Amino acid sequence: MAEVRWNKKDLLGLEYLSKEEIELILETADSFKEVTTREIKKVPALRGKTVVNLFYEPSTRTRVSFELAAKRLSADVINIATETSSVRKGETLIDTGRNIEALKADIIVVRHNCSGAPVMLAKHVSISVVNAGDGWHEHPTQALLDMFTLKERLGRIAGINVTIVGDIAHSRVARSNIWGLTKLGANVTVCAPPMLIPAGIEQMNVQVTTDIEEALGNADAVNVLRMQFERDVQSAFPQQIEYFKKYGITEERLKRAKKDLIIMHPGPINRGIEIASEVADCSQSVILDQVTNGIAVRMAVLFLVSQARDENQI
Amino acid sequence: MVKRQKAQILDQETLNRSLLRIAHEIVEHNKGIENVCLVGIRTRGVFLAKRLAGFIKNIEQKEVPVGILDITLYRDDLTLVASQPVLHKTEIEFDINDKHIVLVDDVLYTGRTIRAAMDALIDLGRPRTIQLAVLIDRGHRELPIRPDYVGKNIPTARQETVEVRLVESDGKDEVVIVEQNG
Repeated sequence: MAEVRWNKKDLLGLEYLSKEEIELILETADSFKEVTTREIKKVPALRGKTVVNLFYEPSTRTRVSFELAAKRLSADVINIATETSSVRKGETLIDTGRNIEALKADIIVVRHNCSGAPVMLAKHVSISVVNAGDGWHEHPTQALLDMFTLKERLGRIAGINVTIVGDIAHSRVARSNIWGLTKLGANVTVCAPPMLIPAGIEQMNVQVTTDIEEALGNADAVNVLRMQFERDVQSAFPQQIEYFKKYGITEERLKRAKKDLIIMHPGPINRGIEIASEVADCSQSVILDQVTNGIAVRMAVLFLVSQARDENQI
Repeated sequence: MVKRQKAQILDQETLNRSLLRIAHEIVEHNKGIENVCLVGIRTRGVFLAKRLAGFIKNIEQKEVPVGILDITLYRDDLTLVASQPVLHKTEIEFDINDKHIVLVDDVLYTGRTIRAAMDALIDLGRPRTIQLAVLIDRGHRELPIRPDYVGKNIPTARQETVEVRLVESDGKDEVVIVEQNG
C-alpha cells in the first residue's frame, strides 16, 4: 500500500479527499472487517474517547451503524436527537458544537438537513467532525461503504461501470458516490426522470440518461436510490406505480442487463417502488452486505480522524 | 539526525543458523509440534515465522500453521507516537483455543509490542500457552516480559537502534546496530 498519511481531523465529504486518501480509508476498513468477523468484535483503539452522534434528522440505520462502529472501537457513545434537546430551545448548531467540545468529547458525528452544516461546524470546533449526511450535499460514509462493497465483489473500482438510478437531484448519496467513484476511475452513469436530474450534473464527469434500459446496458453495478415520495418528489412523479413502470429495477430489466450485474441500495428499500421485491432478494443483490460493510467503513473513519487529531496536537 | 552503522551483528549465514536453532528449540520444548502454531507480528515477525515454519517442516516433516498479527489497535502509544501507524489485517485462519502459540518478532526491546500482541491474541481465544521467539533481544525492558527463544542477545545503549533486514522485505539478510547522533 502506498505511504499515505491521514492528516484531516474531519471527514466532511468525498469532494475534499484525494484518491489516495479514499483508498487509505478503504484499505483500513478492510482490516476492520476482519475484526467484525471475530467472536469478540471489539478492539481497544479508541478506549477513553467519546463519540457524540448529533442528529438533526431522524435516522436509524446510519446512527446505529456509527454507534456500533464506535462501540467496537471501545469508545463511549452519546446520542443526541435534536427533537428532544436544547436545539428545541433555539440553540444554534455552533453553540451546540462548542458545548459538546466543552464536555471533552472527541468526535461529533453530525446529520443535518442543511447542506454544508458539518463544514461550518468543523470550522468552529477543534474536535473531529464526521458528516453523516447533510441536506442534498454529501453522505460520505454511505458512498465509502458502497465503494468498499463494489471493491469486495469486483476486486477493483477503476474502469468499472456504475449506474445510479433515482432521485439524483435530491440525493446526497448520489453526489458522494459520484465524487468517490470518479476519483477512483470508475465510469458513472446517472439515470432519472428529467425533473430529477439536476442542472449541470454532467460537469461532475458522469453520463446522463433518462432511459433505464440504456443506463443498465453495460453496467457492472446499479445503485438504486430510495424514492422519497413522502418528501420532495410528489410533484415530479405523482404516481408511484408509474415510476416503478418506467424506472423500477425489475427481473424483466435484469434479463437485458449483464448477467452478474450487482444490485445496491442504500436503504431503506421501498419494495415495488424503485426495486422489485424479487430483485432486492436475489443473489445479485448486495444490499445486506452494504449494511455489514458500513460498520467496518465507519470504524476506519472514526479511527483515522482520531489519529489525525492526535498527531496535530503534538 | 545522522545515522551511522556501528556494527553488523548477524549476516545471512549466522541469521539463518540462529533461526534453525530456535526451530529445534521450539520442537524440543513442546515435545514435537502437536498443537503448536506460529504467529508472526507484522511486519518482519511474519517473515521470520514463515522461515521458522520451513525449518520445522524439515525437522518434523509436518506443517505448522502460521498466522499474522497486526497490533496497531492494541498499542499503548496510539495517542503519543509522532508517526501515524498504518492498520493492516490480522490473518489468523486457525482456532487458537488450547493451542501452543509461539509469537515471533524481530527485536525485543521495551516489551510493549509483546504486551499488545498478547492482548490481541487473547481477544481471539484462549491459547494453552503463549511463548515468545525473537531474533534479537536488546534489553531495556519496561514490562515483566521475557522471551522463550532468542536468536542473539545484544546489549545496546538506548540511543542505538537495532535494524533487522530480511530478504523478503529489504533485499538482504543482516542485523546491524545503528547509532543516532544529534
